[in-house]
Amino acid sequence: MIELSGVHKSFGAKHVLQGIDLTIPRGESMVVIGGSGTGKSVLLKCILGLVRPDAGSITLDSEDVTRADRDAFLARFGMLFQGGALFDSMTVWQNVAFRLLRGTQKRPKAEAREIAIEKLRRVGLQPETADLFPAELSGGMQKRVGLARAIAAEPEIIFFDEPTTGLDPIMSGVINDLIREIVTEMGATAMTITHDMTSVRAIADRVAMLHNGVIQWTGPVAGMDASGDPYLDQFIHGRATGPIEAVR
Amino acid sequence: MDTLLSPLAALGRATLSLLAAIGSVAIFAADAVSQILRPPLYVREFGTALLTIGWFSLPVVALTTLFTGGALALQIYAGGARFNAEAVVPQIVAIGMVRELGPVLTGLMVSGRVASAIAAELGTMKVTEQIDALTTLSTNPMKYLAAPRILAATLALPLLAGVGDVIGIMGGYLVGTSRLDFNAATYLTNTAQFLVAGDVVSGLVKAAVFGFIVALMGCYHGMNSGRGAEGVGRATTNAVVSSSVMILASNYVLTELFFSA
Ligand SMILES: Nc1ncnc2c1ncn2[C@@H]1O[C@H](COP(=O)(O)OP(=O)(O)O)[C@@H](O)[C@H]1O
Ligand SMILES: [Mg+2]
Repeated sequence: MIELSGVHKSFGAKHVLQGIDLTIPRGESMVVIGGSGTGKSVLLKCILGLVRPDAGSITLDSEDVTRADRDAFLARFGMLFQGGALFDSMTVWQNVAFRLLRGTQKRPKAEAREIAIEKLRRVGLQPETADLFPAELSGGMQKRVGLARAIAAEPEIIFFDEPTTGLDPIMSGVINDLIREIVTEMGATAMTITHDMTSVRAIADRVAMLHNGVIQWTGPVAGMDASGDPYLDQFIHGRATGPIEAVR
Repeated sequence: MDTLLSPLAALGRATLSLLAAIGSVAIFAADAVSQILRPPLYVREFGTALLTIGWFSLPVVALTTLFTGGALALQIYAGGARFNAEAVVPQIVAIGMVRELGPVLTGLMVSGRVASAIAAELGTMKVTEQIDALTTLSTNPMKYLAAPRILAATLALPLLAGVGDVIGIMGGYLVGTSRLDFNAATYLTNTAQFLVAGDVVSGLVKAAVFGFIVALMGCYHGMNSGRGAEGVGRATTNAVVSSSVMILASNYVLTELFFSA
């Protein structure tokens, strides 16, 4: 279980997170929605310790994440970055198998490659892509390689930052099913950021909406339509007018 | 009052930010050194770094030192002729190359080639979140990216400078024997007999320090790059400028040290 309480983060004068309180129960799929630039990616990075919060506490299974042993802590996580963040200097399969080729989870090269190809298949990529370099792939393909890398070592907790952005509707469906499967079959805890309401309904057990630096609404996905929260309603129906100002 | 104080305030701000920068470079350097000293070493990364920093810098180092050695011979001849001391050309070229110009020119050329390349590569990795991705994949970026490059540059620069010394002396020899009527055999004997081990060693030690500086500044500016293409551009420029200045400043300090020793 991941618990955030009172998390604040500013960049210069920009107060991005203004007191986040959020609980992600073990084995559940939490989806975070919210407008662009509201700090959703920063929120994930705070939990992983890539960004240091200015205030507040973040705990994993009641242990403060800043005090945990970094290596053991990170070994439990997988992360898909919004931009893919693939290593340009390595082939696709070496990217996917990165964790399996070094450190505590090191295994023979042939075995690591086999696992990588299997994970690539699960995200809808042919084995032929394994030996290409990231620069030779389209944006959507890079995203899926990033996804394969995030799940390669079968982590307990997986963060997906906009997994379906830039994918066609069919491939989005494949990825939604995959994320759902990882949670239900592998028992993983997932936290997904998305703008895509179809994804939200397909993936989420619980939904949290980030707005103005705080969690504006959170609850089970079934309660989303009848929340009565004007911010959430505007977001899920994609209305241009409402309490959320769309600057034009 | 404000206009009176604002230059002072600006000076204060600049001083503080300079001190802060020195502090963060020092912390970065200490972290990098401790990663180098603590096994394991990422051997493949180290090998690649050695190749790109050392081997691929050979042509530019060879060309710079060759021409500088030649020009040095002419200048020393011109200067020496004013008090009938033209004969010292081989000795002074050798001393100048080995103790000073070999390491400094190598350092500066490698700074232009390598500090910029490292800063651009690591800066791009930073802005595309590849460095964050390394961390989440349980790999310490300092150990995986910085340590192999800094170690490779520290070891490669003395080798490069050694080659540069030889080629620079050869440049002097070529000019001395073809343009200045030196006897080939005498030129070489004078060079060899005059140099002492301390000359060579002090030059190579300098080169090792310059190598450390070049890779350190490349890694530091790259890994702390600002956001976007502009951030990477600035990191690249800062890496070259700061490593060049630091090379010349530390060269003076080291020369003083070897001079009084
Ligand atoms: N490293 C950083 N330095 C400065 N500003 C940042 C940094 N990371 C994010 N920001 C700012 O924080 C805000 C939230 O960013 P982000 O979390 O990426 O938004 P999103 O919700 O779209 O994922 C943005 O305004 C962004 O410019
Ligand atoms: Mg984002």
